[in-house]
Parts: sequence; C-alpha cells; structure tokens
Amino acid sequence: MASAAQEAGNEEEALDSVVVRFAGDSGDGMQLTGGQFTLSTALAGNDLATFPDFPAEIRAPQGTLFGVSAFQINFGSRAIHTAGDQPDVLVAMNPAALKVNVDSLKAGGLIIADSGEFGKRNLDKAKYENNPLEDDSLAKWQLLAFDISALTLEAVKPFGLGNKEALRCKNMWTLGLALWMFDRDRQPIVDWLTSKFAKKPEIAQANIAALNAGHAYGETAELSGPVKQAALPAAPANPGLYRTVNGAEALSLGLVAGSQMANLPMFFGGYPITPASAILHHLSRLKEYGVTTFQAEDEIAAIASAIGASYAGTLGVTSSSGPGIALKGEAMGLAIMTELPLVIVNSQRGGPSTGLPTKTEQSDLYQAVYGRNGDAPMPVISARSPSDAFECAIEAVRIATQYMTPVMLLTDGYIANAAEPWLVPDMSDYTEFPVEHMTQAQAGGFMPYGRDEKLARPWVKPGTPELMHRIGGIEKGLDTGHIDYGSDNHQQMTDIRRDKVLGVANSIGDQEVALGQAGGKLALIGWGSTYGPIHQAVNRCREKGMDVSHIHLRYIWPMPKNLGELLKSYDHVIVPEMNMGQLKTLLRDQYLVDAKPLNKVSGQPFTIAEIETAIAEALS
Amino acid sequence: MNEISKIETTLKDWETDQEVRWCPGCGDYAILKAVQRTMPMIGGSPANTVFVSGIGCSSRFPYYMETYGFHTIHGRAPAVATGVKLANPELDVWIITGDGDALSIGGNHTMHVLRRNLNCQIMLFNNEIYGLTKGQYSPTSREGTNSPSTPYGSVDHPASPCAFALGSGARFVARGIDINKNLPDVLMAAHAHKGAAFIEIFQNCIVYNKDVFEDFAAKKTAAATQLWLANGEPMLFEKGAKGIALDQDKMALKVVDVVDGDWQAAGVLRHDVTNRSTAHMLVELQFGAFPMPLGVIYDDPKPTFETAVVAQNEAIAANKKPDLQALVSKGQTWTVTEDGPDL
Repeated sequence: MASAAQEAGNEEEALDSVVVRFAGDSGDGMQLTGGQFTLSTALAGNDLATFPDFPAEIRAPQGTLFGVSAFQINFGSRAIHTAGDQPDVLVAMNPAALKVNVDSLKAGGLIIADSGEFGKRNLDKAKYENNPLEDDSLAKWQLLAFDISALTLEAVKPFGLGNKEALRCKNMWTLGLALWMFDRDRQPIVDWLTSKFAKKPEIAQANIAALNAGHAYGETAELSGPVKQAALPAAPANPGLYRTVNGAEALSLGLVAGSQMANLPMFFGGYPITPASAILHHLSRLKEYGVTTFQAEDEIAAIASAIGASYAGTLGVTSSSGPGIALKGEAMGLAIMTELPLVIVNSQRGGPSTGLPTKTEQSDLYQAVYGRNGDAPMPVISARSPSDAFECAIEAVRIATQYMTPVMLLTDGYIANAAEPWLVPDMSDYTEFPVEHMTQAQAGGFMPYGRDEKLARPWVKPGTPELMHRIGGIEKGLDTGHIDYGSDNHQQMTDIRRDKVLGVANSIGDQEVALGQAGGKLALIGWGSTYGPIHQAVNRCREKGMDVSHIHLRYIWPMPKNLGELLKSYDHVIVPEMNMGQLKTLLRDQYLVDAKPLNKVSGQPFTIAEIETAIAEALS
Repeated sequence: MNEISKIETTLKDWETDQEVRWCPGCGDYAILKAVQRTMPMIGGSPANTVFVSGIGCSSRFPYYMETYGFHTIHGRAPAVATGVKLANPELDVWIITGDGDALSIGGNHTMHVLRRNLNCQIMLFNNEIYGLTKGQYSPTSREGTNSPSTPYGSVDHPASPCAFALGSGARFVARGIDINKNLPDVLMAAHAHKGAAFIEIFQNCIVYNKDVFEDFAAKKTAAATQLWLANGEPMLFEKGAKGIALDQDKMALKVVDVVDGDWQAAGVLRHDVTNRSTAHMLVELQFGAFPMPLGVIYDDPKPTFETAVVAQNEAIAANKKPDLQALVSKGQTWTVTEDGPDL
C-alpha cells in the first residue's frame, strides 16, 4: 500500500498531516464514506482522529442547509490528537454542503465539488444567487469541479440499476477519488462492499465499479494542479496489534471486560436515546459474555431494573444521555442509599432539555456530581478519548463493585461517535477484582450494613440461606440496616456514605501531568474529550518556549489526593470546558484556586487555535 | 412460581422481628397475615423469596416478611422486580403496590410488567386513597371523592385496576378482599400461575377512606353482593338464587333469577378462567347493578418473559465461545513492529 507510493519517489508531496471533510446531503452516505476512508487510513498506519457531524433529523429535506451531514478526518504521520481545526480538503456533494462548510476550509485548501448537483433548484435551496463554481467567490481556495453524478452513472451503467439507485453509488466514486489522492488501498473497501451486499451482488458490483472509476479518474484524467497523489508515511506508534475503535464500542467492550474481571454476569438496562443507544446495540450482541440486555419502557425502568439486577447479585449497568440521566436521578439516590454497585454511563450531549441531541457538550458535570436530592455522593469518572473509554469502563466496574456504590461514567457524543486507532490491550495485563458475595454471617451475627475496611457493606444475593434481610430507600440503621429515623443515626450514616466515596481516592493514585511539569506559570486542566485540542495546543505552545502544562482529569469525584497541591504549584490555572464553567466551579470550591474558565458550547469541539490563543493571552 | 423443592415452614417462619407500623385496624394487617399463612401452604422457601415494593402504606410490607425484601421508590417496583427476576429467574418474586403506586406514578411499569409477562405475583392493595401522604384522592377514587386536594369533590373518572391489567395483556387477573378468608386461596392460585399474576385486593383504609368498600365487603350482605368465581362452576350468588348470564342481544352480562336451583335453565354461565372475552366483561361489571366479581377472573398462562430472555441468551451463547482477547481484537487490524507498520 504505502510502499508503492514511497517507491514513486518525488512525485508525491511529503505531508505531515491532512484534514479532509466529506460533506453532503444526509442521504448521500457521507458518514459511510468517512467511516470507510477512516478504515483504509488506519490500515495504512496513519494516526487519525475523526469528527462525524450530522443533523438530528434522520432524513432532512434534500439539498437544504440544515440537512448537511459531514465527516471530518485528520490523519498523518505524526500523533494526531484532534479531528483538526480547518480542513485542507473539502468534498462537497451539493451546494448546501459547500455553503455550510467552505468557510472553515484553510485558505488555499482544495474544494472538490460535484458540479452535477449545482443546478438552479439546489442552488436555490442552498440560498446561492449565483453558481459559486462559476463566479469568483471561491477564489481563495483551489476548486476542482466535475460532474460526479454523471461520471458515476456512466461507471455503473453495465449493472442496470435505476437512476436513483445508480446515483447512490456517488459516495463510493468520491471515496475512490479520495483513496487515490492519499494512496490508500481499495481492497478493504471492496471486501466490505462485497460482504455488505452479499445478497445483492449487482449493488455490490456497481458500488465497486464506482469506487474503481473514482480511483481511475484520479489516476488517469488530466487533472491539473491541485490534485496530486499525496502519500503520508505511517505515524510512529508503539509496536503491537492495532484496530480502529469508536467510543461507544470501546466503552461496551470495557464494561464486558470489567464484568469479567469482577467475575460477574452483567445486566444492562437501557432506553433508546441519542447518542447513548450505540452502547445498548453493542452489548445486545455479546450474550456469550454473560450479558443480558433489557430495553426498558423508560429511563427510570432502565436504571431501576439495573438496580434490581445488582440487588440479585449481578453487575447492573444503565446508560443514557443528559435528559435520561435526569429521569434516573431518584433511582440513583436509591442505589446510594441501598449501597448497591451500579454503573451509570452518561454520553453527554448539548442541553438543557432536548438541547442539541447530535452535538457534543460537557455540560452534565454538575448533574453528575451534584444532581440528586439529599447528600448523595457518587464517584464520577470521565473518559478522554474513544480508547480511554475502555479503561474507564473497567475502572467504573472496579469502583462500583469494590466500594458497593453507583458510579457515573461520563463520555460525550464526540467520544461515542469518533474513531481512532487503538493499540489492542493484552487482557492478561489487567489485575482482576473478583467479587465475593457474602454467604455466611459475619462473626457476631449478620449485619447487612456492616462495613469492611473500605466502608463497603456486604453484598448478599437473595437466595442465600439464613441471610434474609430487607433494604430500601428509607434511612438505614447503622450496621443493622433496619429502618431508622434517628437524628444521630442519619448524621452517622451520611458521614459514612461521604467517607466511603471519598475513600475511593485511596485507590486511584496521584494526578499526573499529561504534558509539561508540576509547577510553573500556567496549567490547563481539562476533562473528557477536550484532551486532544488541549494537548495539542499545549504542545505547540511549549515548542514555542512557553511555560504551560496540561493536566487531564479522569477522576472528577473524588479527585486525586494531590490535585489541590498540584494546581497551587502554578501561577495560573485555566479550565477549558465545553460548558459554561462547571469543573472550574468544582476546583474553586475544593481547593480555593483561582481557576479561570475557557468555555465553548457551540456544539463543536474546541479548535487547537482557540486554546493556543487563550494560552498566549494568559502568558502575555 | 418455579419448580423448586417445597419447604416445610410455619406462619412464624415468615414473620420478622420488626414492629409493624400500620394504623391500628388497617386492612394491611389482614393481608399480611393472609400472605404469611399462604407461604407455608405453597411450600415456599424464605431465602428464595423476594418481596419488592414501591412507596405507600402497602409498600412497607417487605419489612414484615422474613424473606429478602426491597422497598424501592414510588411506582418503580415492577421495574426493579424485572431486574431481580432476569438476574435470577429462580427467585420467587412478589410485587407489593397500591393504587397510587401502581396506577398513577408507576402506571407505565405496571403496564409493561404485565405485557412482558414476568413470572411474579403483583398484589395491588386498592384503598382508593393516598394514605401515606394523608388522604388525597387516588386514580381509583370514585368521582366526587372529597379529599384535602379535592375539597369540592374529585371530578375525574377512576381507573379500574383489573380492566387496566387485562388491557395491558395480563394472563392472570384476580380479586380479593383484605379480611376475607378466601384471600389465601386467591394468592395460592396466583402463585400457581406461571407468569405475571395480578391480584387486586380491596383494602380498607380506616383513617382516610373508612369502609369505602362496605357495600360489598360487609360480611352480613356478602351473599348478595359478592360473586365468587370458580373455574368450571356456574356464576351464582345470593346462595344460588341468582346467577350471571349472557344477554345475547346486548352482548353483555346480565343478572338472572335461578328457580329451584336449575341454573342451566336460567342460562347461567359456567366460569371458564381461560375465556378472555368473559374476563373483559366481568372486570367491567358495575357494582350495584351487579355483584362484585371476586376470586380468579382470568387464568390462561403463556410463555414468560424471563424464560424467553434466558432461552435466547443461552441459544445465542451456545454457538459462540467467549474469548475476551479475541473480542477486543475484532475487526480489521494491523500490526506495528519496531520498524513501523507491517502492512
């Protein structure tokens, strides 16, 4: 693959990294095109990050501005941390896609447009008065317009498809061209099409023909200047076996791995909601790993059934997004009161209310840490990337089962949908944490709310002889677990619940500095999916000689024990978040540090440049 | 219930050491005793039995049973019970709920646990009032009920628990009365039914809705006001002097007089617990014009939810070998060596 291009020598341009954005109508198959391009890119050994950006409507009216679906990929021969600020190449399948995306294209970047779609009707829908391909409005970019629609129809003619079906192959034609541009292997896509359309071989053949035609077009047509075959050598990476993974899949695999390490069957109660449903879909196919999935009648039943399953001795897991998490609030309190293990996954999206279902945001941190009635402490951890979601899911299971507590695991729409190369973990490297249910009373008599050294109460499965007991949401008496409204008892039990959760900090180690060092002029502290842009911005600023470090939190609650001291070792602290300042509040409250917010809630991830600007300003 | 070995117990084995905290004279005491009397008769094992409740006076019930018990949150007992039963289908699961818990805040879960046919017993203590919150009208309160929240009388129409259950797909529907000696028989029938068994129990809230069921619950008028149903037996009441027949013109039930015990001549119907159409008519009967149908109204089992879930889990898993390392290594992979990617 890459070797052929390398042999071709000086014909290609040496590049460090490239950002490509595929944009088209919701029905044009852009997510599919992007996904397949990602696969071929990963197989070529490049590092990469992706950003799918699609409308909430399943089939928005054709050709409209709000119906544009885009997929951005940043790939290169160096470590890639974000999906890229500005595309180098924009593939626009219609005028609306061009209009919505062209302004983010780098000056001098390349536009590839399907001129066949730039008729009056589509231009009107995109609110273009003149055809931008024909006036000089795109002058600051390089433009390559040809009739992809007609070329596709020509390529698939032998297969006798109807016009509509034939045009559906356009995305494969475009993918073929993109594969040629970056010297990618077509074979994995051919294999994929063959298996996807195994029952409709003529559709498979037509798509493959379109793919080949697009590729051949790049290779043979007299394309002037802008399209040159660009080979990116593979990125340096740790040796091992790699695959691509998105956050929803990595998280699902992590939950399975965690339940195996705890030696427990898993029960997953879920209710469909964007962008969390993908976890339910993944887990429902993993029954052979002792996973039972239950699509409940609502969000409350989803968590309540998971609590019931935990009570019965299995690992209860539920998952949702902000609005659904809100509905689960009361039941979380029940899990806290009854001290049962439970993992609650929140794939955050823009809020409040229905908000922006398909856009990413990190605005549920308050909800995770504080969002329940009563003093209701719960460990909260957050994943920073798709592959990190695997590790965090295992960690959530460990904390839940070892401390007999519900645990909130935060991810977001960006992590859930984005893909990255993943060094496949060696499962023998992990330390298991098998659960032992109590089968015999403690010395001195059975105490359902007796405690171990971690303050965890025993986990007794119903069905165990002689250990019958009753639990519930009413305050529990110390040790006995009987109903107890006593004032001293409530104080004691509240203290215990707090101390138990704070004690989780004893098992998580110190907070490390992701880039830079402890102490200095400035630290950026982030959490979740902002890892990429913060890391890259800090990296660039450090290369320019600035004194700035990057800290990234996995443990939102309780926080690592050294965090306060670490933050106080810097003159300034900035907290970039895709919300209006939630971690900032928490840090100020916990450590009385003058943490400054850097906020963005546009539904788009931070760009590296935005964070670089904030660093430069803080240090000037 | 499940095919588990029967255990010898006495009523005492099912009592906890906890002080029972219902109002003196509350119908809940009678129901508690009826359940504690029923458990030895069905040969249940305390360790294998789980009582799951929501919120309300009735939902304190689990604390008084020497079994496993989970007093959950308002309306959610069916959902919690579903998780319990799916995690361990061997457990004998009883859901304890009330009219507000099951039909107002938890109406959705009641519908779905019945529709799915989870193998469990659902005891709905219907007292037509919110007791624990001090007397507001409930979804089963009759029109015009005076309560703290409806000082001029309620104006909305009540829900009928048994009609709701049947409409939700229940395969077992029965009725009982808190103080009636037949209650253990009804509970035993419910327990013998494989699937979700729905039992509405008329329960007297002596503080906020005293004697609201007296019209049919009173012992001295019971013969005329109670229609006790038995499978295969004619639907007779008033000591056999009256019966229930089908008015074919109206496609509805009617009360007929039985002369000299010849109920067949009077056209009295034999109760068939598997007849869903009759069940629908019986649960819709308006008390007054008709006696109150009690006992097992409908009992026609079909496959249960947890059995189907477990069967599918096992069938799918049987063809696959779990291998975590293989699972995480799935998809298209590539290897990077010390010298770079090996492609």
